[in-house]
Amino acid sequence: MARIVVTVMLKPEILDPQGTAVRGALTRLGLTGVADVRQGKRFVIDLEGSLDADREALLTKLAGELLANPVIEDYSLQVEA
Amino acid sequence: MSSTDNAAVTQRGVDTVERAAASPDVQQPWAELGLKADEYQRIRDILDRRPTSAELAMYSVMWSEHCSYKSSKVHLRQFGAKQPVTDALLVGIGENAGVVDIGDGWAVTFKVESHNHPSFIEPYQGAATGVGGIVRDILAMGARPLAVMDSLRFGAPEHPDTSRIVGGVVAGVGGYGNCLGLPNIGGEAVFDSCYQGNPLVNALCVGAMRHEDIHLAKASGVGNLVVLYGARTGGDGIGGVSVLASETFDATGPAKRPAVQVGDPFMEKLLIECTLQMFKEHLVEGIQDLGGAGLSCATSELASNGDGGMRVHLEKVPLRDATLSPEEIIMSESQERMMAVVHPDNIDRVMQICAHWDVTATVVGEVTDGSNLQVFWHDELIVDVPPRTVAHDGPVYERPYHRPAWLDARQADEPTAQRCPRPTSAAEFSEHILRLMSSANLCDREWLTSQYDRYVLGNTVAAMPHDSGVVRIDEASGRGIAVSLDCNGRFGALDPYAGAQLALSEAYRNVAVSGATPLAVTDCLNFGSPEDPEVMWQFAEAVRGLADACLTLGTPVTGGNVSLYNQTAQTAIHPTPVVGVLGVIDDVRSRITMHGARYGDSILLIGRTREEFAGGEWAHVLHGHLGGTAPVVDLAAEMALAKVVREHSPLITSAHDLSDGGLAVALAELVLRNDYGVSVSLSDTEADGFTMLFSESVARAVVTVAAQDVDAVRAACELAGLPSALLGVVSEERSLVIDTDAGRIAISREELAAGWSSALPAIMA
Repeated sequence: MARIVVTVMLKPEILDPQGTAVRGALTRLGLTGVADVRQGKRFVIDLEGSLDADREALLTKLAGELLANPVIEDYSLQVEA
Repeated sequence: MSSTDNAAVTQRGVDTVERAAASPDVQQPWAELGLKADEYQRIRDILDRRPTSAELAMYSVMWSEHCSYKSSKVHLRQFGAKQPVTDALLVGIGENAGVVDIGDGWAVTFKVESHNHPSFIEPYQGAATGVGGIVRDILAMGARPLAVMDSLRFGAPEHPDTSRIVGGVVAGVGGYGNCLGLPNIGGEAVFDSCYQGNPLVNALCVGAMRHEDIHLAKASGVGNLVVLYGARTGGDGIGGVSVLASETFDATGPAKRPAVQVGDPFMEKLLIECTLQMFKEHLVEGIQDLGGAGLSCATSELASNGDGGMRVHLEKVPLRDATLSPEEIIMSESQERMMAVVHPDNIDRVMQICAHWDVTATVVGEVTDGSNLQVFWHDELIVDVPPRTVAHDGPVYERPYHRPAWLDARQADEPTAQRCPRPTSAAEFSEHILRLMSSANLCDREWLTSQYDRYVLGNTVAAMPHDSGVVRIDEASGRGIAVSLDCNGRFGALDPYAGAQLALSEAYRNVAVSGATPLAVTDCLNFGSPEDPEVMWQFAEAVRGLADACLTLGTPVTGGNVSLYNQTAQTAIHPTPVVGVLGVIDDVRSRITMHGARYGDSILLIGRTREEFAGGEWAHVLHGHLGGTAPVVDLAAEMALAKVVREHSPLITSAHDLSDGGLAVALAELVLRNDYGVSVSLSDTEADGFTMLFSESVARAVVTVAAQDVDAVRAACELAGLPSALLGVVSEERSLVIDTDAGRIAISREELAAGWSSALPAIMA
């Protein structure tokens, strides 16, 4: 069993209206000093068997094609046990 | 948060006017910014020194084709020179959008603009920000935005990349407009392989105001304050200018890439309400939206349209990304920003209103008694230019153009019966009709239009699938407008002069068959590279055609947009002059729809049918053929048709214009969109069955009238010089029945609907 976590975030230079809205709400609800909020997506993928190089390469490729929009988003893969 | 962070940037050193004057030999990346050698030299001549990097950024973007219209300007002048005399035009070309008088003290402003290239790179955001941009143009005239429309062109339906672009663009148009709370009342979606690598996204917005509320983009009155309000400025759309950042500074900042503009419709909604409240309280002397070229454009246009100079303190601009260089700030195309010129007495109230709407507002400068636009970065002068040289006196090119040699061969390749075999039996006719109705360009648009809110705000009287969008402006009197947006690029490919006129002709007709009086025109001229003399000829011909036709129809061009370089490698798109026509209806309750017919009503065809198949849907769908002579342009007949329909609107129970696919498609649509059938005979018409059904001759409409009114309407047609034919009746049996010289065509509604409603979902599957 292998678990891969893919994190997708808007690139830093891209406007994040949802993050901005959350920042406004946090401040309104009393949290002081909120400098910035960025909102993203997290995919948890459980694979049967172990993660070999081929599957990892394919998953990395698919992360950029399916899970993230590389024009406006960055993504990273993290393999967990 | 910005001031301290900005200080760090300052320490890296900026290119000041003083430094530029002292270092004339510094190499500057003008070529990378898209300037030509002679243009760069001209900037040096204007300033009598080398430009600073910030000035270079401003000139390069403002002198780009997109902002300066340098290739198209010499041709566009015809829209002014040939402008018809009309009392309806309150504000003409040159402002953010034209303004038209619709009576009772109401003024309407409308404009169509392209967002083609961004929509190919990032379809959702490209299309969304296209809508946002045109809405701000309308707002900047002082009007409340009321509705949007979109004219979309995509690649071949079977191409694997098409669904990505269609899905993204449609979701983007819908997402932005829906969140903003503006109804989408119409438009078009066309598939053709020539748009494969270069889709077209043209967005139109229409807004209304009282005459006295018209606002213009000018900065007047020494001491008046320049207020930037709306979203914070980030690195959106700064693409090319990154060159400057890396030239000027050490590479200590984050990697700069051409950043996609991302829209925030909720911010735009706040911007609309906030701006309208400022107008209502008469707090604004001049106003400009920030779109392409951002602050470069807004400051130079406001300053050059005013009577003095302007001083801007760039470090005061609120930033989203504190690492932006001054060159990037001045170029940024961050969305949802506006710039207002405000008298000092009113500034407190303006800031109060912005605070109320939770909109960030900052005084970034003031109007001066000088003649120059001066931009400071902290205490250093980084821009000192005559604003007109940036905004209006850019380069103007008389680009060479000539008629393409291949055009003769294309025009000679008529879709004759030998070249394109025609149906000969009733069974073949049925098959051709079914294939047309299930083709990508004629099938049901429901998949697409159902993603748009068509009725929000509650004043939409007619939206898709009607021939034009109709909106109520005055809830008491029922005064309203009708708008249609049309083009057939294949006609443009056959003959750009006629193609542009045919686009106008169709939009004019669509507005007229809704019972409205056409008043004014906006256009979005989408063409290939102006550096190709054959494309330039197409452009010149299209402009000449449109200007001539507008003069004849008495409908002035009030504004619009030119989009060039729409091509993939060496292949240009078809000339695609998208034309929007706006008409007025005194009372929207008297409009004509496609739905009003009753069982037993008579079906009349009004207008002359010629043997015209070139560029039409039948030749395209059945034979993949593009050649021959475009349909005859008959503007006199178009005006006569409009007059007959308008003057007899109480008698006409429903009307539908004939355009793509001709009579066959119009009749099939009546069956598909209503709970009745049609039963007609072509035996008493002027041409053979094939010509009657598939010709795309202009100035024709199918109307239904009660049996006792047939003679009155036909007499009116005769008086107007229009042929008319009594085709048949509206029947209770829901099928399409046509008696032709080849026998009886009978297609049930179910058969028609099967391919028609499944075609678009199949493309998107």
